[in-house]
Amino acid sequence: MIRLIDVHKSFGKQKVLDGLNLEIEDGKTTVIIGKSGGGKSVLLKHIIGLLKPDSGKVLIDDVDIAKLNDKELNEVRKKFGMLFQDAALFDSMNVGENVAFPLREHTKKKEDEIEEIVRERLKAVGLSGVENKMPSELSGGMRKRVGLARAVAMLPQIVLFDEPTTGLDPIMTEAINELIINTQKNFNLTCIVISHDIQSIFEVGHKIAMLYDGKIVEYGTPEEIRKSYNPVLTQFLSGSLEGPIAVM
Amino acid sequence: MDRVSAAVDNFGRSVLRNVEEMGKILLLFLSVLSWMFRPPLKLRLIFKQLEFVGVKSIFVVILTGTFTGMVMALQGYYGFRMFSAESLVGSTVALGMTRELGPVLTSLMVTARAGSAMAAELGTMRVTEQIDALYVMASNPVKHLIVPRVIAGVIMVPILTIVSDFVGIIGGYFVGVIILDINAGAFVKNITRYVELDDIYNGLIKAAVFGLILSLVGCYKGFNTTGGAEGVGRATTEAVVLASISILISDYFLTAIMF
Repeated sequence: MIRLIDVHKSFGKQKVLDGLNLEIEDGKTTVIIGKSGGGKSVLLKHIIGLLKPDSGKVLIDDVDIAKLNDKELNEVRKKFGMLFQDAALFDSMNVGENVAFPLREHTKKKEDEIEEIVRERLKAVGLSGVENKMPSELSGGMRKRVGLARAVAMLPQIVLFDEPTTGLDPIMTEAINELIINTQKNFNLTCIVISHDIQSIFEVGHKIAMLYDGKIVEYGTPEEIRKSYNPVLTQFLSGSLEGPIAVM
Repeated sequence: MDRVSAAVDNFGRSVLRNVEEMGKILLLFLSVLSWMFRPPLKLRLIFKQLEFVGVKSIFVVILTGTFTGMVMALQGYYGFRMFSAESLVGSTVALGMTRELGPVLTSLMVTARAGSAMAAELGTMRVTEQIDALYVMASNPVKHLIVPRVIAGVIMVPILTIVSDFVGIIGGYFVGVIILDINAGAFVKNITRYVELDDIYNGLIKAAVFGLILSLVGCYKGFNTTGGAEGVGRATTEAVVLASISILISDYFLTAIMF
């Protein structure tokens, strides 16, 4: 269970998170929406301990990760996988080495065992036989799929997705959404997805949270969100220039 | 008056910024030390960097070393001819190369070639979130990225310096003996008479310190890059400038302590 309690974070004078509270349900996909530059990635980085809150608590299975030292934090991080916005594949390694990286770092598995897992994970994201390609030879959609294969290589409990469909064509967007849904189901994962692609939000999310002004202003199932009259939410979903969200 | 106080203000700020930066580089050094001996040693990464910093720099080091030795012989000959002491050209070239020019020029060349590449590579990894990805996968980036580069700097710059010393003296011999017709026996004899092993050792100690400086500064600048492609460019430039200045300044103090 992931809980954020009264989290505050500022960068200089800019307040990004302002008393944020959020509870992420286990075994479900929670989508966090909000305008660009509104602190969604910052929120995600708090959950995995890349950033520490100025005040407040980030609880992963009731452990406040803001108080952990590096070693303890690394133990907690082993529960996580993360798909970065541009996949963040190591460009000095080929695809196979990228997916194998966490396995080689943290397990004592034999090489042929690792190769088998790599093959399986790549097959699960619809990529077979690309182990020897370098990341620079892949398209954006393929990179994201390799990123996902790497994120689930260690069979984590929780997977974070930072804008998984941004910059992809509609067909690839649909393919990635499908992949998130299937991966979540197959491995019974807790998924947290950051997105502002409206169609994807309703497709992949069991729960949706709207981040605005450093707080979660609306939280519910896709049905509840669709029916909500919250002006921030209705403006965001309709893409209107009029409303409480300042455009410029 | 306002302008004066603004100037003082600016000066103060830049001093503080530089002191803060020195502190951060020192902290990075301590962190490198603490990760260096923790297993697993990641030999594959270390050898990759040894090759990149050392083997791939040999050509430029040979080129700069040879021509430096050659020009020193030329200049030395011009000076010593005035009091008919041409035979001292050899020992001047040898002392100059081993004590000073070998380590300094080698480390400046390696800074330009490998120090800048370290900053650019780590900077790109930072802005494309590859460093964050390492953290997320519970792998420490200092252990993974910085330790192998620092080890490579400390080991390979002295080795390259040996190469540079050697080809510098050969270059000096070529110009002195073959072009300027200095007596070959006197040329070599004066080298063995005046150059002591300590001259060479101390030059190599300097080289190791310079190797540490250039790799640490390159990694620090790259690791702390912000602001996309422009940031990577800035980090690279700053790494080369800061490392070069630090090498030249520390050169004075090391020389003052050792010789």
